[in-house]
Amino acid sequence: MSNALPFLFELGVEEIPHWMIEPALADLNRLFKEFASQNGFAAPSLHLDGTPRRLVLRTELPERQADRDELVMGPPKSAGPGAAQGFARRNNTALEALSIETTPRGEYYALRRTVIGRDTRELLAEALPSIITKLPWPKAMYWTGKGQLTFIRPIRWIVALLGDQVVEFQVADVKSGALSRGHRRMGSDEIAFDHANYDERLEKNGVILSAAKRRKRIQDGIKKLLKGTGLKLVADDALLADLVYLTEYPTPILGEFREEFLELPAEVLSTVMRHHQRYFTLNDAQGNMAPRFIAVMNMKADRKGFVKKGNERVLEARFNDARFFWEVDRQRSLASRVPDLAKVTYQVKLNASYADKAKGIQQGALRLAAKLGADSESVGRAALLCKVDLTTEMVKELTELQGVMGGQYAKADGESEAVWKAIYEHYLPQSMDDPIPSSAAGRIVSIADKLDTLEGSFGIGLIPSGSKDPFGLRRAAQGIVKTIVEGRVRIDLKKTVEEGMQANSLLYPGEPGSPDRATQLWEFFLDRIRSYFKDVRGFAYDEVNAVLAAQSADLVDVEARLIALKQVRQTENFEALAAAFKRIRNILKQAGEYREAVDDKLLEAGAERDLYDAMSGVLARVAEFRKNDDYIQALTVISTLRPVVDAFFDKVLVNAPDPAVRANRLALLGRLIAQVSSIAELSEIVTSSTSE
Amino acid sequence: MDTFQQTIFKLKQFWAKHGCVIQEPYDVEVGAGTMCPETFLRVLGPKPYSVAYVQPSRRPADGRYGENPNRLYKHSQLQVILKPAPANVMDLYLESLAAVGINLDQHDLKFEEDNWESPTLGAWGIGWQVMLDGLEVTQFTYFQQCGGVDLDLVPAELTYGLERLVAFLQDRKSVYDIEWVEGRSYGDVRLLEERQFSVYNFEKADVKMLWTLLDLHEAESQRLIDEFKSLGEGQEHDKRRFPLLAAYDHVLNCSHTFNLLDARGAISVTERVGVIGRVRKLAVGVATAWMEQQALLNAAQEEVA
Repeated sequence: MSNALPFLFELGVEEIPHWMIEPALADLNRLFKEFASQNGFAAPSLHLDGTPRRLVLRTELPERQADRDELVMGPPKSAGPGAAQGFARRNNTALEALSIETTPRGEYYALRRTVIGRDTRELLAEALPSIITKLPWPKAMYWTGKGQLTFIRPIRWIVALLGDQVVEFQVADVKSGALSRGHRRMGSDEIAFDHANYDERLEKNGVILSAAKRRKRIQDGIKKLLKGTGLKLVADDALLADLVYLTEYPTPILGEFREEFLELPAEVLSTVMRHHQRYFTLNDAQGNMAPRFIAVMNMKADRKGFVKKGNERVLEARFNDARFFWEVDRQRSLASRVPDLAKVTYQVKLNASYADKAKGIQQGALRLAAKLGADSESVGRAALLCKVDLTTEMVKELTELQGVMGGQYAKADGESEAVWKAIYEHYLPQSMDDPIPSSAAGRIVSIADKLDTLEGSFGIGLIPSGSKDPFGLRRAAQGIVKTIVEGRVRIDLKKTVEEGMQANSLLYPGEPGSPDRATQLWEFFLDRIRSYFKDVRGFAYDEVNAVLAAQSADLVDVEARLIALKQVRQTENFEALAAAFKRIRNILKQAGEYREAVDDKLLEAGAERDLYDAMSGVLARVAEFRKNDDYIQALTVISTLRPVVDAFFDKVLVNAPDPAVRANRLALLGRLIAQVSSIAELSEIVTSSTSE
Repeated sequence: MDTFQQTIFKLKQFWAKHGCVIQEPYDVEVGAGTMCPETFLRVLGPKPYSVAYVQPSRRPADGRYGENPNRLYKHSQLQVILKPAPANVMDLYLESLAAVGINLDQHDLKFEEDNWESPTLGAWGIGWQVMLDGLEVTQFTYFQQCGGVDLDLVPAELTYGLERLVAFLQDRKSVYDIEWVEGRSYGDVRLLEERQFSVYNFEKADVKMLWTLLDLHEAESQRLIDEFKSLGEGQEHDKRRFPLLAAYDHVLNCSHTFNLLDARGAISVTERVGVIGRVRKLAVGVATAWMEQQALLNAAQEEVA
């Protein structure tokens, strides 16, 4: 084993999109580990860093691979010395050097030899080009010509140093070397360094290599800027992460804007600052937005204040635009703009405009409102108006404010609170972290909007496959599930989907309206429902399977059953009973058909009669509990059946010689399981005995 | 402080020094400098070419009657094409900013991901918007495909928004306050035009006539493309001299007419998709024919040599 040498690999690239850097480092880590293990380097600890212009991997590797013993199998001993001679010759050795190895298939000639380890530098030179090429990117480009290497952006320099020697190779038009580059403006393009002073040399050249250090520099800088001002930062972790990977030397600065802009809706100001300009927003001591912002520069200091002034001017121009839009948009009411929706494309393949879409939402929302006994006037009005803000200048410019602006304009038009709020909230929830709409009308319009999208898309076969979901259909479906469960919306989702699909096929004329689309959409929902209860709510997968197998499409009810199942599962008798139910399922499956009615004259005294009696009592009580959806009591009572079920299996032979008795026993078990599995299919529960 | 025109001179001079042909604006209405034949057709094929020109870019729907300080129906782009992109293209770009008086030590510069795509032209590329103190001053794109054709050499396209850049340099809050030449503002030169064309584009343009124009330009372009395609073996001479450039002018006319109809609110959902598809078909048709014609011309040139 030779001495370990420091290895440093730096891939210099033109500015990589900030959101791709961390995933790229993870891929680089994985690919390098594969290389290390394939070449017998015991799992080296890798250190990865990234900035917009470089991906860096550092580790230690031995100077060369360890020598290793190898056993080369030759011909069987029975083939005789002639064959062995040939084998020895092919391996450049003498017959005497061969050994005889005993294998399960008999004795064989074999050659034991030592393979000399290769130079690590050589191995790296072979492997690094393919590691670079194999890095996966969401969208790649070529730059040296058609058919050549593709990468996220052009590669401009490569450093590959093992000890003090360059690992020599070439990728695209770049040869590896020993010199790094600094910050685009604050650093040199030829930085010599050694392994010990790499970070320090980069920092002198305007590059803070560690993302954690860049993050800290931003956070500390903001604290310093705000000290004594009474201002409070509105935390935005996503923005902070973006800025860490948009800069090599981040420095925050404090800017301001004219107070009169605070008259605009805060959502508008905040969207412009955070999303468009990547500024942090600030609140005053009362928690109201302050006319200040924090921008993060990619340089050390703004000595002359040019950067601050520049950013302030840009922001003011943007706010001026926004104010212009706000004023122009309010010259016409939302209601008067409804006809304009016909000019906004909704879905090309559906051949539909947002006027069609609004109709679809409205019909769906009114169906829901009728089922739920909600205020159909407000719901209908909100549904009619909810997409109209797409015709406003503000939303054309700040698309992420759709819905929010509609709500603001509706409020300004004097629409009722139920209406404007429903419009304001109807895009919620856009992710599982988002809240659901706070008002009943908002929840109905939100569900109706997303359902209409799903129905329309499934109607023309736009069904997400694999990890691809270009139209956000998974997110829409999951949003519906979350809204229904957490908003306590009592509907039969399956029936709602079937009705919606039918209505939709009449609405969108381009749609073929295939009947099994409703089934496909419901199955798609089942996946989202599973995922919601499992991943978002933390129920075990077998609990979810058990409850969904009971076929309830009222998700509020599904949740109640899950909570009960999870709780009762902890009790002593439950798992054993579940195991017994699995056994019953199997017996019934093997038996095929069995009759339903139990003939109590055919029951044998003892365990069989005991089960029948206990069961009749329990099922009667279960039916009582279920009238109030009290699943906890119902399942608790069911689990008291365990001893009689166990005794039954101990003492009674289901497969009795007399066919009538056998049929009666099957009917008995069938009745038990039918009643219980309408709450949850207990045979789906994975118990210690079933998992063995 | 440089005037609007001085800044333009300096940028042109800078790029001339780096081997660019300095072209004059193309004299057919376009929505962006990319659409000019100097970009759209020159980036096709294996021949290197570098060019820079100011292109007035008309976007009828962006007109604001001259009332919005930052929005224009017609703005000026300085368009630079470097084909193929040299390895130091980023450095050259930064030098060009220095050449117009931006001291990069005192300003913040970020390159933010911004890929470009034009469905009507069947074109896309990968790149950034360049942010100077929070202001987008340039769109930087490595072209990958044009007219549905994969490009042999990858060009870098730099598009400077001149009004924005100069407003920044002159520290003006409204583009209309930019000094065009000493004693004359951008507003003096252009405000009337912005107003009148906003009125025309939004209120007066004759929709029926525009539809007729669209049909006529489309038919003429398609007729030429079809005729080129019908030329067979032994007709290479006719192919080499065939007026594909004229066919392309009619594509540009279609595109501008479409934009006018759009601003006029005259395009319904169904029509919109359809018209984009029609223009794209023409653009792809011309690009494909152009590739074939260029190959014939290059072959003929080689024979002579």
